Amino acid sequence: MAAADELTFHEFEEATNLLAETPDAATTSRSDQPTSQGHVAVAVGSGDSYGAEDEVEEESDKAALLQEKQHQQQQPGFWTFSYYQSFFDVDTSQVLDRIKGSLLPRPGHNFVRHYLRNRPDLYGPFWICATLAFVLAVTGNLTLVLAQRRDPSIHYSPQFHKGKQAGRPNAWQGPGGQGVTVLALPPVTVAGISIYCYAWLVPLALWGFLRWRKGVRERVGPYTFLETVCVYGYSLFVFIPMVVLWLIPVPWLQWLFGALALGLSAAGLVFTLWPVVREDTRLVAAALLSTVVLLHALLAMGCKLYFFQSLPPEHVAPPHQAASLPTNIPLSPTLPRSMAPS
Amino acid sequence: MAEAEESPGDPGTASPRPLMRDLKAVGKKFMHVLYPRKSNTLLRDWDLWGPLILCVTLALMLQRDSADSEKDGGPQFAEVFVIVWFGAVTITLNSKLLGGNISFFQSLCVLGYCILPLTVAMLICRLVLLAGPGPINFMVRLFVVIVMFAWSIVASTAFLADSQPPNRRALAVYPVFLFYFVISWMILTFTPQ
Repeated sequence: MAAADELTFHEFEEATNLLAETPDAATTSRSDQPTSQGHVAVAVGSGDSYGAEDEVEEESDKAALLQEKQHQQQQPGFWTFSYYQSFFDVDTSQVLDRIKGSLLPRPGHNFVRHYLRNRPDLYGPFWICATLAFVLAVTGNLTLVLAQRRDPSIHYSPQFHKGKQAGRPNAWQGPGGQGVTVLALPPVTVAGISIYCYAWLVPLALWGFLRWRKGVRERVGPYTFLETVCVYGYSLFVFIPMVVLWLIPVPWLQWLFGALALGLSAAGLVFTLWPVVREDTRLVAAALLSTVVLLHALLAMGCKLYFFQSLPPEHVAPPHQAASLPTNIPLSPTLPRSMAPS
Repeated sequence: MAEAEESPGDPGTASPRPLMRDLKAVGKKFMHVLYPRKSNTLLRDWDLWGPLILCVTLALMLQRDSADSEKDGGPQFAEVFVIVWFGAVTITLNSKLLGGNISFFQSLCVLGYCILPLTVAMLICRLVLLAGPGPINFMVRLFVVIVMFAWSIVASTAFLADSQPPNRRALAVYPVFLFYFVISWMILTFTPQ
């Protein structure tokens, strides 16, 4: 009798343990991984071979299957609002966690598996890109203002509107008074468009390429499109402090910060992509990773050259230019940057 | 929702609302923004007149003299309009996607009304700029803009934060911060040429 009591008590404990495990099993087996993994994880939890144990296992397996089915059936259509709400299903602590994870990439920790855990969000990528665009425009403007304070002979007239200067050299007059042609788009627009295009088109291309290769390899599944966008979006976060630090007008320091930030960001991308790419041929893997790093470097360089053009350290100002300087420091939120002589 | 100001013989539903009542409602909301307390007036009786008035005022003040069009470097009227309304819509969408239980127009109303401190800052900046250029001029403007920026953030957070679940408040408030930061930057860097 005591043995039977022992058996039933044991059964109850095992049941609660197994049922407690099923939520995790349902989560991890939701996407690419085969469902049998979830069941295997549950079965491993019990080490006994009592007949009663098998029944409990089956029940918990069924519970896991049911939960999974419910979860999949709950995916609403893309025309409903709640479909998009599912991409913003993150808490503050999770977003901060993901940002930290992108700032400090570690070789063993895959960003997607470790931080995203099958719940990619669009909040991070969207607002990080927006912040980066505004910070670029603001600091680019500030750099120009600070440069003008150091060297008042730099004369510029801010220009905001498209096409108003058609045919008239403006905005950045060189030291000899020669005009240079103007890019008539406000910097905020340029920054915004280029960053958003990068953060959406490059992941699209990458995802498409990986899916195409998946057909060739048939091993570990690639990341979903949203996960790729997430990785790229969060990897752009490190550029924000880099851009702010670029206010310091020491050129070698700027290049140092740029290299550091690019290194961190690209390392995060490479560590994330490595598990997916390593099963492929060496050539394809190397080509893919180097393309990813190259594109990232191009973005950083583009930001530096377009918004933070190195100004001529000293030049002689012709007298008529010096006389036409405004007495207060003209600040403007948007300045077009031209291909200036630098 | 209606304030008890209808005349006794007024059927109420058929006659048009008197202008004074609307203006008083807008003015009352201005007061609520200037002295933010935990009150629901802005949310319950939302209207978009106040934000429209403020946006138009701000856009008008941010224009430069178009006499010398080559030196015209400030944002045009339409650009300020677009930035303000596009930004407000984006923040509202973000707030709703995060699971906030505030309606679309209520959120627009709150964000628009909370531009009031920044509009006041713009007025003060323009007056200060009349006094002439100089570093003191700039410091005064910087101080005023910073104070008004903080005021805007505090006012809008007081109204908006309650509509979000507590673990996502920071996520909903950050875009508001960015929005008012951009507007403050436009105000601070404004110089009439």
